[in-house]
Amino acid sequence: MIRVENLVKKFGDFTAVDNISFEVPKGEIFAFLGPNGAGKTTTIKVLTTLLKATSGTVEVDGLNPMTHENEVRRRFGIVFQDPSLDQDLTAWENMELHGVLYHVPGKIRREKTETLLKLFELWDRKDALVKTFSGGMRRRLEIARGFLHTPKILFLDEPTLGLDPQSRNQLWTHVKRQNEADHVTVFLTTHYMDEADRVADRIAVIDHGKIVAIGTAEELKQKTGTRSLEEAFLALTGSTIRDESATSTDQLRQVAQMFRGGGRR
Amino acid sequence: MSAIYILWLREVKKYSRSRVQIFASLGQPLLYLLVLGFGLGPVFQKAGGGSYLQFMAPGIIGMAVLFTSVFSGIALLWDRQFGFLKETLVAPVPRLRIMIGRTLGGATVAMLQGTLIMIVCLVAGFRPASLLGIPLGFVFMAMIAVVFAALGTAIGSSLQDMQGFQLIMNFLVLPIFFLSGALFPLNNLPKALSFVTRLDPLSYGVDGLRAALIGVGYFGAVVDAVVLSAVAVGLLCLGAWRFSKIEI
Repeated sequence: MIRVENLVKKFGDFTAVDNISFEVPKGEIFAFLGPNGAGKTTTIKVLTTLLKATSGTVEVDGLNPMTHENEVRRRFGIVFQDPSLDQDLTAWENMELHGVLYHVPGKIRREKTETLLKLFELWDRKDALVKTFSGGMRRRLEIARGFLHTPKILFLDEPTLGLDPQSRNQLWTHVKRQNEADHVTVFLTTHYMDEADRVADRIAVIDHGKIVAIGTAEELKQKTGTRSLEEAFLALTGSTIRDESATSTDQLRQVAQMFRGGGRR
Repeated sequence: MSAIYILWLREVKKYSRSRVQIFASLGQPLLYLLVLGFGLGPVFQKAGGGSYLQFMAPGIIGMAVLFTSVFSGIALLWDRQFGFLKETLVAPVPRLRIMIGRTLGGATVAMLQGTLIMIVCLVAGFRPASLLGIPLGFVFMAMIAVVFAALGTAIGSSLQDMQGFQLIMNFLVLPIFFLSGALFPLNNLPKALSFVTRLDPLSYGVDGLRAALIGVGYFGAVVDAVVLSAVAVGLLCLGAWRFSKIEI
């Protein structure tokens, strides 16, 4: 379902993704693990048409995301790592907008929105503007929105960041259900090893833009001679702490906070 | 179609919810209208130009439409920053439709703002030459709005962050306003200035508004409409192209 061969993505001199290759067959839950700045999000952005690869071959359901953007976009759903809601709209309006953009018919859209908002305990606040929501509520809304349509491939970029255990449980239950009932292929990244261990069929560990190991959780543990996935991960990637450099978007966010502090948002 | 509609609706909803900003954005045009209108009025009259308020009101309406529409396009930067842009960029909808929905939404908001200013002008003492001119005035307002909303989208798609914003404001938006003849008549200008005003799309917009509202035009309403339509098509293509190239 996803095939990546010798993918390289450079930003100027910096190589974010350095010659990686992997394949994800249909119906698999595939986890991409790596420290901060390892190249996980960049890979997802290339797969989801948001970035163009510097070199290498990428196929999503047999299609090249760089040349067949619209066909590829029709096949996947995504929950982003960082916020992507419109804060000046209500929860309900954000769901509506998403449903319309993803061609979910009106009746199904409204029914599913109700079910999902109730599931993630946002129904009482459906008519409140998102900017009044707490961080956790926003995160839950992003995830509810991600499940509004059923794609062939679901990308989850650190979906559980900032979620409470209840919502986390709901999320993975829902992902499992979609995977089993509708054979949705799932491509996820996370920092929580227990999650990867629990849901993923196969795991790739990426560090400094390179894939250092790939296989089932058991295989990774055997390979490194460790007992838990966490230990295996540390054995593979070392124990130094990484910093991501601030992107222009992050810098923009800071400027905006200065300008808008106490104002609209 | 539904994607264009929902993105258009989003712009209009956001505008109608920002009451404080609507009120605040009336300040600058009001200042021009009242201070310049009444301050320069006597001089203008002595020079044989008639009522300056009558002359300037269409220019101020044009200014309001210009600013609102360019900024609605540049608001793309806010969407980039707060992440919402990603949501629309990965949606299974051709980017052209997303761009059109946003641009039409921005143009609609600019027209609403222009209408508000027109009402303010009427309150301040502005009187259109004939009631029949008002619908034509709205047509020109719409053309100005589309031209500059498309320009705003092209700019917003090309900038990475807010650092370029001041540059755009001081070297593009303000010159477009000042060189448009919104504040002074276009006849008998020095050659160089006359040449530059002819390159400014807003000149034709303001001229069209004047032709419609006070019955006095320099280029003539037909020329204005043709030029504005051509520029609108050009800038929509530019905006669509820039928008299709966005990477996040």
